[in-house]
Amino acid sequence: MNELLRRLLFLPDQASTFARDVDTLHFFVILTTFFMSTLVGLTAIAFFVRYHRKSETQTTPHVEPPGWMEALFFGVPLSFFLLWFFIGYSEFVRQQTPPSDAMDVYVQAKKWMWKFAYPDGPNTINVLRVPAGRNVRVLMTSRDVIHSFFVPEFRVKKDVLPGRYTDAWFNATTPGRYQILCSQYCGTGHSIMRGEVIVMKPQDYEDWLAQQRRGLASKQDGAGGLLDTSPPIGNLVEQGRRVAASEGCLKCHSTDGTRHIGPTWLDLYHRREKLTDGTFIDADEAYLTRSMMDPALEIVDGFQPVMPSFQGKLGAPDIAALVEYIKSLRSDAVQTGPSEGPAYAPVRGR
Amino acid sequence: MRLSEADSHALAGAAAHRNYLEDGTTVMSWLNTRDHKRIGVMFLASVIFFFLIGGIFALALRMKLLQPGPFLYDALSYNRLFTLHGVVMIFLFLIPAIPAAFGNFVVPLMIGARDVAFPRLNLASFYMYWAGALIAIYGMVHGGADTGWTFYTPYSSTTPTDVAPILLGAFVLGFSSILTGLNFIVTTHTLRAPGLSWMRLPLFVWGIYATSIIQILATPVLGITLLIVTVERIGGFGLFDPARGGDPVLFQHMFWFYSHPAVYIMILPGMGVISECVCAFSRKNPFGYKAIALSSIGIAFVGFFTWGHHLFVAGQSTFNAGAFGILSMLVGIFTAVKVFNWVGTMYRGAIAFKTPFAYICGFLYFLVFGGMTGVALATTSLDIHWHDTYFVIAHFHFIMVGASVMAFLAALHYWFPKMFGKVYPEGWGLVAASLIILGFNATFIPQFLLGNFGMPRRYYQYPEQFQALNVASTAGATLLGFGFLIILIYLAIALKYGAKSEANPWGSKGFEWMTDSPPTTHNFDQIPTITQMPHDYRTHEPPGVTRVA
Amino acid sequence: MSPESASTYPGVPEEVVGHHFSSLERQTEAMRLGMWLFLATEVLLFAGLFCGYTVYRFEFPLAFEQSSRHLNITLGTLNTVVLITSSFTVAMAIHYTRTNQRKMAAVCLVITILFALLFLGFKAIEYAEHFREHALPGKYYASAEVRIPGAAMFYTLYFLMTGLHGLHVIAGMSVLGFVLWRTLQGRYSSNYYMGVELGGLYWHLVDLVWIFLYPLLYLI
Repeated sequence: MNELLRRLLFLPDQASTFARDVDTLHFFVILTTFFMSTLVGLTAIAFFVRYHRKSETQTTPHVEPPGWMEALFFGVPLSFFLLWFFIGYSEFVRQQTPPSDAMDVYVQAKKWMWKFAYPDGPNTINVLRVPAGRNVRVLMTSRDVIHSFFVPEFRVKKDVLPGRYTDAWFNATTPGRYQILCSQYCGTGHSIMRGEVIVMKPQDYEDWLAQQRRGLASKQDGAGGLLDTSPPIGNLVEQGRRVAASEGCLKCHSTDGTRHIGPTWLDLYHRREKLTDGTFIDADEAYLTRSMMDPALEIVDGFQPVMPSFQGKLGAPDIAALVEYIKSLRSDAVQTGPSEGPAYAPVRGR
Repeated sequence: MRLSEADSHALAGAAAHRNYLEDGTTVMSWLNTRDHKRIGVMFLASVIFFFLIGGIFALALRMKLLQPGPFLYDALSYNRLFTLHGVVMIFLFLIPAIPAAFGNFVVPLMIGARDVAFPRLNLASFYMYWAGALIAIYGMVHGGADTGWTFYTPYSSTTPTDVAPILLGAFVLGFSSILTGLNFIVTTHTLRAPGLSWMRLPLFVWGIYATSIIQILATPVLGITLLIVTVERIGGFGLFDPARGGDPVLFQHMFWFYSHPAVYIMILPGMGVISECVCAFSRKNPFGYKAIALSSIGIAFVGFFTWGHHLFVAGQSTFNAGAFGILSMLVGIFTAVKVFNWVGTMYRGAIAFKTPFAYICGFLYFLVFGGMTGVALATTSLDIHWHDTYFVIAHFHFIMVGASVMAFLAALHYWFPKMFGKVYPEGWGLVAASLIILGFNATFIPQFLLGNFGMPRRYYQYPEQFQALNVASTAGATLLGFGFLIILIYLAIALKYGAKSEANPWGSKGFEWMTDSPPTTHNFDQIPTITQMPHDYRTHEPPGVTRVA
Repeated sequence: MSPESASTYPGVPEEVVGHHFSSLERQTEAMRLGMWLFLATEVLLFAGLFCGYTVYRFEFPLAFEQSSRHLNITLGTLNTVVLITSSFTVAMAIHYTRTNQRKMAAVCLVITILFALLFLGFKAIEYAEHFREHALPGKYYASAEVRIPGAAMFYTLYFLMTGLHGLHVIAGMSVLGFVLWRTLQGRYSSNYYMGVELGGLYWHLVDLVWIFLYPLLYLI
């Protein structure tokens, strides 16, 4: 029954403990509404048919409702509305009150991306990994304007405010990938300010966390330095993908980890590569750009020096797009490094 | 003090056989008029014009939404379009439409008065309306704001688009709204004909009176809020800017303090129209007159205490949410009471299915659904999922378009003979009504489902799974647009070439039908004394101007 | 076109009584109600700013207290006395109109307007002082006197509230100026003095708003 109604009403999967309860109230309200409106509608139709005007000179009696009827008109809806309110409000209070054993994740929203930070773990951009069956509290603030954190399958939503922090909590029941949608208008990138919650089996989550802690102590996620109102990364990445296809890069570089004529681009960004002369480099933006302009200078160990130079063939915007595209090719979009909580500018200070 | 017989005949003789339309035919005689009927007609033309503009913006939005990715134009244009759609539809159409166009025309007739209390102020409010409109149009032509009609800070105080003219235009329009409301309150208190006690007032007048209270008390708060945002943009003053210690949520509280009662400004007059039409076309007295009249005041009063339901997920306290939630439920009850009483009016009536009655049916259906989804939103927990999604859009369009616009069209058809002395083609009226009701359902029911599915508002691009419902909604919108176009065409034709109407084509016993259609400039040869309730059909009068004394 | 001829209301110009009103009494009742409703809208306009003041005072109590100390309480008090006196003189103007003493009424109106100008003068001196100290709203705040967070917010509210009030003083002056002109024309009498009464009512509101502004900004 629950499943049937859920599908009929286009509700997404119920992937959190809260979703099931909320949907039950939803069905109660909708079904009562349909029933009552049908009743009222049928009554109106019946009156319409029965009391059709027979002649232009027809008169009608003066009819007033008895007091008990008006009381009913007032009392019956009131009872239903209050019932729904008390059910809904108690659910709301539960939803607003994170349990004391919840694990925290810091969220920072800015135009137009989501940054997540675990108190003693990694930073991530746009991807939030959580274990299934665990209470998770998100502590959120914004760098610029008001955003809103919304995961339809969890039925959770909370505005993210600049200058303060708000919180929300959920307990995801089913492993899977769920979209995060920004639901407070924030400018031209509002509709592509999306993220993903990856709910993992608890053991997988622990493994992943341990892996991150053991991981390369490389630089912080370097999205900073760009202006806050830079165009959404999505567009540049798209552009980069197109350039990579049209310029022939993908003939030699794969994007899925397979070794080919050139090193794979998957997880290339900030990868520690060994060069033919024995030195190690960090494949950052500078290295990637140098490789495009003067490829013969630094060859990765194990590969042949056959890459042509793109000096004069690629303009700066295309290079930037390619770099962004390469950066986006992470096996799970995770950056390692010590946690950096969002910079909560104190409200009272300046 | 009533006119003596001699004086009234002298008056009548001077203007005999000339109705208000013929009394002066120069452009200046219209632009400089004090006649509430002419001012009402000028407002009617203006609001219809802006409804079309707002409708074109809406169609442009729906066309883009056929595709999930970038299509037709860019995100910035889209953001400007939905902002302007909201601003035009709310401030230039919905708020003034029924009160300033029909209220102005009909209220003095309904209470047996020759004009509103302050005719010159009435004209001034018309000019203020156009002043505000022109300022807003200037802003639109300059690219327009991209903030949404809700102007949330700090986005609205920092975005580089030209927001200030839109804010100032809305401020001036608010002034026009205040003056209209002020005029109606004083009119109702001081210009009622002898014998017309409060409990004999037509229900439309009750609706306009309740609306006017809201206009007076709520609009100034919007005024000051928008003024502060304007100053913040120009001067960097920072009342709502967190970087300067300001609180962006304070803006939301102040904004919604007006904007929630504003939605009752948009529906109460429509409810008044429906009360009149249900009685006229069922040829029956109102079922529960006191309940309907007093529930209008109830809505106006309680409506002031519910604004916080727009802030359930905005980060306010749980206690706040509870208080506002329960008060929002109370407002819903008053509407339910009205709906039951309207249906009760049909009991033992003599119902004729004319175009206004078709709109009544549409209105009732849309009001019940729109209202019930409002109650559902107010249960707080359900709102968490629905807030800022297409569910909310569908909810308020059900009321603002489904109910308010149906009422506007009902009023337009019901009072068309009264205002212009012409008959509209009934067949086409029913065709257009059907198209509109069908088209409306096709447009907005998919949007309820989109909201359930999780599609947020103000989304230029959207995840692909939402496409099918969006395409359905756009198809419906096109149908809806056709319906409105058809009305425009046949009413324009009827205005020029339609058959002349008799004084009371509906046989209605509403008080406004006591005069000719169209009325003379001074409305009544002799101010009537009113001794009974409106819509008393226990007796039948021969056709023509009805007498109530 | 009124059926009531001038003889019905001696001293009242015929065009004053609207044709749609059944009597002059009705009309004056309507005008009074209309003005009170308009005053209600003005109160609500300022209420928004008072609300903002309350919220931010609660948030920055120390900054507000300290900044308030730095306002010129002498000028503020003087201004209060000036406005209250001007309300008295405008009430006298109404009294004189009702007793058909046109010249005295005109004199009282002139004094009221002069007091209003005096108020604006004192305010201008205060504003000049603030500009010199760089005690300015929002991002322009650079005063050396009070340097804690929230001081800028105090001045934002101070300038918005006194600025809006100042605009209303100017509006009130214009209204009274218009009423003065009509008085000199001999338009008002004991039978019809609505213009003066309504102008006076508006002026009382302007005074009343200041009476609330003064303690909030200067005293606490």
